[in-house]
Amino acid sequence: MSNLEDLYREIILDHYRSPRNRGELATPPAHRVEGFNPLCGDEVVVYLDVRDGVLADIKLTGHGCSISQSSSSLMSGAVKGKTIDEVNATIDSFKKLMTVHESALAKEEDHDDEVDLRRLGELAALQGVVKFPVRIKCATLAWNTLRQGLEELV
Amino acid sequence: MTSFSARRVRADIPQLTRVVNGRTITYLDSGASSLQPRSVIDAMSRYYELRHANVHRGVYQTANEATEAYEGSRNAVARFINAPGGENEVVFTKNTTESFNLLAKSWGATNLKSGDVVLVSEMEHHANIVPWFQLRETTGIEVRFIPVGDDYRLDLSNLDELLKGVKLLSITGMSNVLGTRPPVKDLARAAHDVGALIAVDAAQMLAHGPTDVTELDVDFAAFSGHKMLGPTGIGVLWTREQVLDTMPPFLGGGGMIADVRTDGYTPAKGVSRFEAGTPPIAEAVGLHAAVRYLEGLGMENVAAHERTLTQDALTRLELTFDGRVRVIGPLNTIERGGVISLDVEGVHPHDVAQVLDQFGVCVRPGHHCAKPLMRRFGLAATARASFGPYSMTKDTDVLLEALEHALKMFG
Repeated sequence: MSNLEDLYREIILDHYRSPRNRGELATPPAHRVEGFNPLCGDEVVVYLDVRDGVLADIKLTGHGCSISQSSSSLMSGAVKGKTIDEVNATIDSFKKLMTVHESALAKEEDHDDEVDLRRLGELAALQGVVKFPVRIKCATLAWNTLRQGLEELV
Repeated sequence: MTSFSARRVRADIPQLTRVVNGRTITYLDSGASSLQPRSVIDAMSRYYELRHANVHRGVYQTANEATEAYEGSRNAVARFINAPGGENEVVFTKNTTESFNLLAKSWGATNLKSGDVVLVSEMEHHANIVPWFQLRETTGIEVRFIPVGDDYRLDLSNLDELLKGVKLLSITGMSNVLGTRPPVKDLARAAHDVGALIAVDAAQMLAHGPTDVTELDVDFAAFSGHKMLGPTGIGVLWTREQVLDTMPPFLGGGGMIADVRTDGYTPAKGVSRFEAGTPPIAEAVGLHAAVRYLEGLGMENVAAHERTLTQDALTRLELTFDGRVRVIGPLNTIERGGVISLDVEGVHPHDVAQVLDQFGVCVRPGHHCAKPLMRRFGLAATARASFGPYSMTKDTDVLLEALEHALKMFG
C-alpha cells in the first residue's frame, strides 16, 4: 500500500485531525471569501487580514476531505505573516507542485528546476496528491480561494 | 422458479475478473452503473459485425434485420415491465434523466398550467427535481416535496394535505442514497383518488426485483439500460398509450415525422415521434440481451438474493463497527433495497473511497445527485456501497476489511 501512504502522509493526517488557524476573523476589517468544490461538496471559507502589504492574519473554516482540509491548514501556516508578494509566490509554487507530472517526481533534478521543495517546507508533504489526479482539486481548493480573496482586495 | 446462483452470474461478468491494485475488484457501485454480462457485450458485437444498418428506412436485408432488432428490444422491454399496451408504450431515450426531461417538457408543458402542483419527495435524484424547476420557470407550476422522516422513509402523515392541487406525483421507486423503497402502489392509489397521475423513477428497480407497471398501477416509468446490466446510451420512458397520444414531440428532426412540407410538418404517430434522429440501435440490442438475461435469472430470485445480502451487510456493519460506521438508511430490509450509504466516523467519504480503492473495492463517494436529501440529514456526502445480481457476501467481507483499515488510518 505504498501509494496510499504517499497520499496520506502523517503530516497530512495530523493537519486533518488538528487543523491550524481554524476559526473566523471579524469582517471588516478582515476580508471573507468562500470556495466550493461542487462535485464533492467540499467547502472552505478564508478570512484574510491584510495590513500594509502583509497578510497579518488568516483563519479558515469549512469542511471536506482530509486532503482539502489539511491543505487549507498547511497553507495557513505557510502564508501567515508574509508579504502579499511572498504569499503570491507561495501560491504559484504550490500550484506548480500540483501540476508536476507523476513521472517528473521520480527525477529529482528535473523536478527541482520546476519547484523548490525546500521553499515549500511542510507543503511538500502534499506532493503525493499528483499521483491521484481526481484529488488535485481537493488540494488546490483553499489556494484558489486564497488567490481569489487577494484579487478581490486589490 | 429457476435456480439462481450468484456465483454463476458472477462468472458471466467479464469485468469482475479485473485486478486493481493487486486485488480482484469488489464491485459495489451497481447503483451508479451495473456491469454487463458477456451475453450483452456479445449481442452488441454481433450486431456491429453482421447486422448494422440504419433502422426504419432501408429495404435491404440487413436494414430489415436492424429494424427488427431495434423494435424487438422495445417489445422485450414492454414484456419485462408488463406494459398493458405492449411495445406501443415504450419510448427509447438516452437515460432516465432524458426520460424525465421528456416527461416534463412534453407532457408537463402541455398538461400543466400556473398553480398546478407537481409533488416529488426529498429523496429524489436531481433528474426528478431539476426538470420540474425548469418547467416552473416557464409555466409557474408549484413543485412540492414530501418530507423524509428520521426513519429514512417518506413521511406520509400529511399526504392528503400535500396532494391538494397535485396534477402529477413523481416519485422514486427506490432511493439511490438510502435504499428506501416508497410504497409506490399505495401512492398511485392516493394520486389517482385526487385525479393526479403518478410517475415512478424506476432507475434503481429494474435490475433488483420484479417491476410490473400494471400491478403498480403507475402512469409513467423512467429507467436506464446501464443500471439493468445493459449498455449506456439507452433509457426508457414508459407511459400508457392514451397518455402518450396527448404528448407532443420533444425533439424535432428525422424519424419523428409523418410529413414535412415547406409550410410545416406533421408528427408521426406513436412512440416514433419521440425518437428523432438515428436511435441507439446497438444499445437497444444490448438492452434486449440484458432483459433476456435478467428474465433467465428470475427477478424474484434476484430480489431474494439481494435482500439476503443487504440484511447480512447491515448486521455485520453494526456488529463489526459498533456505531463507528453509521448506515444512512433503514436498518432492516423491509421495503428496502441493496443500496447502503455509509458515514464513517472521522473519515470523509472521499477518503473512505480512496482507501477502499486500494483494496480493489469500488464504492461511490459524494452527494449522489440528491442534494436536498443530503441537506435534510446534514451531510455533505456519503460513501455508498450498492449490490447487483452478481454481488456476494465475499464482497461484503472485503468492504468490512477495507473500512477497518480506513478507520485505523484516520483514527
